[in-house]
Amino acid sequence: MDFKILTGLDKEKEAIDRQLVFTTQDLNLWYGETHALKNINLPIYEREVTAIIGPSGCGKSTFLKTLNRMVELVQGVHTSGRIEYRNRNIFDKNFRVEELRTKVGMVFQKPNPFPKSIYDNIAYGPRIHGIKNKEILDQIVEKSLRGAAIWDEVKDRLKESAYGLSGGQQQRLCIARALAIEPDVILMDEPTSALDPKSTLKVEQLIQELKADYSIVIVTHNMQQAARISDRTAFMLNGELIEYSDTDSLFSTPADQRTEDYITGRFG
Amino acid sequence: MRSYNINKEKEIVQTRNLISANMNSNRLMIYIEKAMPKILFVIALLSILTTIGIVFVLITETVDFFQRISVVQFFTGKTLKPLSQNPEFGVLPLINGTIISSVIAMLVAGPIGMMTAIFLSEYASDQVRRVMKPILELLAGIPTIVYGFFAFTFVTPLLREFIPELGATNILSPGLVMGVMIIPMIASLSEDAMSSVPNAIREGALGLGATKLEVTFKVVIPAAFSGIVASFVLGISRAVGETMIVAIASGSSKNFTFDLTQSMQTMTAYVVEVASGDAPAGSTLYYSLYAVAMTLFIFTLCMNILARYVSRRFREEY
Repeated sequence: MDFKILTGLDKEKEAIDRQLVFTTQDLNLWYGETHALKNINLPIYEREVTAIIGPSGCGKSTFLKTLNRMVELVQGVHTSGRIEYRNRNIFDKNFRVEELRTKVGMVFQKPNPFPKSIYDNIAYGPRIHGIKNKEILDQIVEKSLRGAAIWDEVKDRLKESAYGLSGGQQQRLCIARALAIEPDVILMDEPTSALDPKSTLKVEQLIQELKADYSIVIVTHNMQQAARISDRTAFMLNGELIEYSDTDSLFSTPADQRTEDYITGRFG
Repeated sequence: MRSYNINKEKEIVQTRNLISANMNSNRLMIYIEKAMPKILFVIALLSILTTIGIVFVLITETVDFFQRISVVQFFTGKTLKPLSQNPEFGVLPLINGTIISSVIAMLVAGPIGMMTAIFLSEYASDQVRRVMKPILELLAGIPTIVYGFFAFTFVTPLLREFIPELGATNILSPGLVMGVMIIPMIASLSEDAMSSVPNAIREGALGLGATKLEVTFKVVIPAAFSGIVASFVLGISRAVGETMIVAIASGSSKNFTFDLTQSMQTMTAYVVEVASGDAPAGSTLYYSLYAVAMTLFIFTLCMNILARYVSRRFREEY
């Protein structure tokens, strides 16, 4: 995909071309007294991979977890500003978090399968959302596992514990688990940081395939990874969004000195 | 710079020398290190040998008892009249009393303990948990004689307001109080089991749009199941083995009945009654103590085996 630097007019054009799934307006977030996110304005586009990069503690994971309000599990978090998911304010009282999280799935840093069988891991989501029919569940399980490119490895051991899988397999299982409820967006919080290079490659290939059907936001430590798999990249530093543009131009001609320093490895 | 290097080398040599000197001088430590596993093994063996000794005595005395009273008569007899002219030794009234009081206790302690555990582990804030859990565990330290007294002088009169036909001694009141006594045990142990389920698993479920209740019942409780079963088994064992509360509040009538308003005797209370009376050594009455104790032992043993099986069968390892 060939993107230009998104300035003024281009940005508007883009918005028409591709639907926005998230818009963030002046988002601020505090952990108690710590100001963790400062005036973030960041649009997320449909069926693209948006990468968020930045050094440890820059707030990239916090931002990601704000998108499905998982961040509120930490005590003492409060926010200001707006996040709209498909034109609905996610902080609105009438927008239940469970509904938001059903549409905005999540894959975590460390694979966290349930201590259940492979089948039950995938079927958990559909089941809690009321799908009881065995045939439909079977279909969903197969489709999700195929979707996460792990079907061939596990099809003969669906009844076995998910804990018998390798780390890389567990992470793809977690992706399959997220796919099982057909979300609109998938948030990925450093999904490959606990994996070896081979498994990382598989997950990256998978992300490329998934963007045909899902919008993906990925937080990553790994700049090469962001460059390889994302369409747009946001660079964050100390809770601020420093730069946001299409991935090619961010890495080739960064507009901000701090971005250049970071991507050329001068710090971080 | 140069002198600094010389000093540094000196320090390195000094440290190395000190360490190697200590290595050679500490011969004693080496022997202790080698002997320690053996000493610990012997000590561990001690408790096992004690248990074996108790079981051995139980068995031999029980065999003596069954030479006087037939096994069938003992286990199927519905009347227990150990002190009458024509004594009868049927253990069923005692088994009945034990089971009924334990069932009442578990009906109280199971649900309340479980819900307390769920609240503490999944819903309570850290501050609330920090205050509530120690208080709960304190409750577990109240001597059972206090509970027995409480059942006899407070709960029974209170219950009689609602159930006029309730006897002054009855099985209902000690059963309920026993339940209250067991709540902290079930709550605390189940809470431990549930809080040790990793948060990452909860987040995984929440991330799929699960509600807190769905996370609790479909992820946390199944994952903590073996620990929860263990807490219930300990609760049941506690109820079955509890003596003072029933001895005080349920009297010593050896009724074989399912009427909760009546006085019944449990196996433990029988042992107290007979052992604290003057049963001459060698009499049938004396040996009956062992037979009842043996029955009690087999009871709790079976329960433990069952629990082990259940928790293994349904275990979800994380």
